[in-house]
Amino acid sequence: MLKREKKRYLALEVVSEQPLNEQIVLDAVQSSVHRLFGEYGASKANLKLIKFIPEKRQFVIRCSHKELEHVRAAIASTTAINGKTAAIHVIGVSGTLKALSKKTRNI
Amino acid sequence: MKRFADLHLRVPLKDPPKAESIIQKASELGYSLVGIPLSPHATREQISQLRHICSDAKVDFATRVNFSPRTPNELLQSLRRFRRKFEIVAVRCHTKDVARQAAKDRRVDLLQFSVTSLRKRFFDEAEAELASQALSSLELELAPILQLTSFSRVRLLSSLRREVATAERFKVPITISSGATDELLMRGPRDYAAVTTLFDLSMSSALRALSENPWVTVERNRKKLSPDYVAPGIHVVGRKTGA
Repeated sequence: MLKREKKRYLALEVVSEQPLNEQIVLDAVQSSVHRLFGEYGASKANLKLIKFIPEKRQFVIRCSHKELEHVRAAIASTTAINGKTAAIHVIGVSGTLKALSKKTRNI
Repeated sequence: MKRFADLHLRVPLKDPPKAESIIQKASELGYSLVGIPLSPHATREQISQLRHICSDAKVDFATRVNFSPRTPNELLQSLRRFRRKFEIVAVRCHTKDVARQAAKDRRVDLLQFSVTSLRKRFFDEAEAELASQALSSLELELAPILQLTSFSRVRLLSSLRREVATAERFKVPITISSGATDELLMRGPRDYAAVTTLFDLSMSSALRALSENPWVTVERNRKKLSPDYVAPGIHVVGRKTGA
């Protein structure tokens, strides 16, 4: 029987002056993963946007636990969103959404 | 719990509000020590102003000077004049002679190499052997990795991978710093540790390079600069007061 793939949930915060929406932030993370690790790496990362809180500029994404460090490196190396300078900070990482909300409190 | 340090935060000294916001950001990101490069002729007022900003932000402050000498003699002169004024001395090596002199001199704490001209990265086996004997660290700045794109980043990562392997083979301590000039180039210590996996530095070594290694350097120098220090292994334990 195939083993269930473990996931990691990352709470992220965007620092940018431009207006943001779900698609823009997910595109920024995905293109950064793609730029650093290529199509093969991006497919292994298995990224998915879980939650987006526009007023706090925070969002939660899910990735494969084996690719966590690569995804984190790609997130850290994001310096622009939609052509404008920006930064994305990881504010928490957890194996479940419940534990992540406990860790970060406000998500 | 790890105490993280960023030994190269390039704060604009002429713009105190921006300096304050950068230092505040470092504190928010989880750093407990920041090293800020100053001019060799920095005044006491400048240093005390920065110390004040850092204490407000609840981060420890280490004074740092960056030398970019053109010849080994120029480096020796600078070290003689300014070593005792700063807690951290970093040398940017533009020539091989300067790199060798800096690596073997025990007064040099951090060795830096060019990120744009990869032919000027002189960290090879000979350099690593000298650095390991003199307790100098190899400093790797991560802001250029974030800023560079496409082939220039590929070439830099490839060069860093080779240098990290050499440093680990010769047991040269590695120090990771941001080199950030702006808040948008600053990242948390664990994010930087994740970035170092791009040049095959293991997560545990990366965390050591962001915490223990810089702290060891700063604490060793603080001990040496204290008035109680006499010589290696000898320090004043008490003074008799009164007549």
